[in-house]
Amino acid sequence: MSRAPLLYVGILFTVIASSLGLITLPEKQLVGLEPVVDDNGVARPVEPGGAVAEGRELYRALGCLYCHSQQVRPQGFGADLERGWGERRTVARDHIFDRPPLLGTMRTGPDLANIGARQPSESWHYLHLYEPTLTSPGSTMPPFRFLFQEREQVLGRPADALELPARGEGAARIIVPRPEAKALVAYLKSLDHGYAVPEVP
Amino acid sequence: MDETTQAAAVDRQEVLRRAEIDASCRLPAMAFFASSVVWLLVGSALALLASWKLHSPQFLADWSWLTFGRVRPAHLTVVAYGWASMAGIGALLWLEARLCRVTLPLKGLLLGGCALWNVAVAGGTMDILAGRGTSVEWLEIPPFWAGLLVVVFLLITVVSMMMFAARRVSHIYVSQWYLFGAVLWFPFLYVMANWLIHMNVVRGVTQAATNWWFAHNVLGLWLTPIGLAVVYYLLPKILGVPIYSYHLSLLGFWTLALFYNWAGTHHLIGGPLPAWLVTVGVVGSVMMLIPVATVALNHHMTTRGHFARLRESPTLRFTVFGAMSYTAVSVQGSLTALRSVNEVTHFTHYTVAHAHLGVYAFYSMVMWAVMYYAIPRLAGREWPSARLIAVHFWCAAVGMAIYWVGLTWAGVRQGMLMNDADVAFLDVVRYTVPYLWSRSLAGVLMTVGHLVFAWQVLQVLLPGRRRVRGPALFGRQRPVEVAP
Repeated sequence: MSRAPLLYVGILFTVIASSLGLITLPEKQLVGLEPVVDDNGVARPVEPGGAVAEGRELYRALGCLYCHSQQVRPQGFGADLERGWGERRTVARDHIFDRPPLLGTMRTGPDLANIGARQPSESWHYLHLYEPTLTSPGSTMPPFRFLFQEREQVLGRPADALELPARGEGAARIIVPRPEAKALVAYLKSLDHGYAVPEVP
Repeated sequence: MDETTQAAAVDRQEVLRRAEIDASCRLPAMAFFASSVVWLLVGSALALLASWKLHSPQFLADWSWLTFGRVRPAHLTVVAYGWASMAGIGALLWLEARLCRVTLPLKGLLLGGCALWNVAVAGGTMDILAGRGTSVEWLEIPPFWAGLLVVVFLLITVVSMMMFAARRVSHIYVSQWYLFGAVLWFPFLYVMANWLIHMNVVRGVTQAATNWWFAHNVLGLWLTPIGLAVVYYLLPKILGVPIYSYHLSLLGFWTLALFYNWAGTHHLIGGPLPAWLVTVGVVGSVMMLIPVATVALNHHMTTRGHFARLRESPTLRFTVFGAMSYTAVSVQGSLTALRSVNEVTHFTHYTVAHAHLGVYAFYSMVMWAVMYYAIPRLAGREWPSARLIAVHFWCAAVGMAIYWVGLTWAGVRQGMLMNDADVAFLDVVRYTVPYLWSRSLAGVLMTVGHLVFAWQVLQVLLPGRRRVRGPALFGRQRPVEVAP
């Protein structure tokens, strides 16, 4: 081959074609997706705001995505539904407010697309983040003790102090979640695709 | 002058010209090579840390900047943009200069670019460890540092085009097609992906499609073309034979350009995207069998009858290992993109093993091949010891084998157990732990190889050490050591 222009044009053409096909086309197809109104008259999905949005940023900053997916595969493809990771498959509409969507590619830990519905207990989440093996024996999830504060108990026990097995009610030092842990748990609790969408009959 | 003396004079001119070209590449190419070796060591340390944390989560758990979810993307960033890309740019500049038969232009700017690239990778990595990473796979570097990388990259593209315009040969050798692909594809991919995702130009799951369009093409249209360009250059160079078939080269290149582009969405099989989009990715991935078979056949037929040379040439040994791994990883990739296989292997350690088969067993091995070949010519000093090269090779090869076998098996079983809802999730986790230890063991072995390699590069670069005359070859010929 000795014709340089052919080389240039061919190289650029192939990549421009794929960007149009794999990005522009789906963007055109999906840009019109709107929230749906659920049984309680609430538009879903809800755009993350306040503590939920902060928690989402923390989820990104801590790299939770490298072990947890947020996508439920359809019936007959894997056992996501059978495992109770969701009541229906995840659809594009569920992610219209996600910048970026945190679909994930790894399940070293379980899927979290509906963790808010599957595990609504705040104290479970705090305990699990502080020391995962307390709630999930055998877990290889790293402990996130740096999201908590250990301090002297003054003026009674705060409601969100962790109920650690080794330290009873009367222990002098207590573990309480820092604001970061609270935001992260607020985000986790918001993860719930439990509403009907027209895409999934 | 009779014909023989005339030919000898032309030969001598060729050799002098080549020496002049190599001398012009010396500082910039060596700067990129040396930087890449430093990043290789940093990347290995991060890899060991991340690997260890997967089976021993209490290890260094109280520092937020060393939590697994930050060390893991820091490792990827350092090896992809520090080690792999800088090694690739070093190889690319030197190869282009040689193939165009021109001296390297803009040397000062390239040195500055190398420094800036280092700053961007360091800044990006520290940001990731500090919790400012983007959690968009392969695009974790925050936009500011990514912008710096783009600036340097455009310089690389300009330099490539300058050399190409000034080339002294009309025929364009196959390696150059791939190098041109790399320098034109990567900036387009990187700018588009950063812009579309981080500036939220597209929204929702289209960002995921953009993400995997980019992430797969980093391998297919950036690292793979450089790797193949090097193999296409080194095989005939070392064996002293021409490439088997020009037409196979042509077919291999254009089918890669055509199909690899579309393969990325196979990372989203089963995900919340339009079905057609994923199907396109599956088709593109399976069609990759054409360029892969073509290139494999071309390389095999070129090497056929010369495999005995593997015993003596370190460069050839690394090259052939890399080229064979390219075939293996590509065929595996095409099969993994099939929905029935993907249903099991997606979301498991199998994918991690596959990624390392590509970037380590293929690409990194080929980068070591080109460095073992080019560095003595660039630095004007031979490697100190053939035995150390062999130690490096076997640490890398055996380490990679343990890595791949352990994680591939673990991943397949992990996927099968995960697809059986009667198996508790934590039992799946427990099942994988011994294999995660095997990965750490493999990582230690690979890192030993990297340290041996880095030590050798240091020996060549440091002035005033013992001088070695004659090439370092395995077996019969040993390098002759002479007093300084």
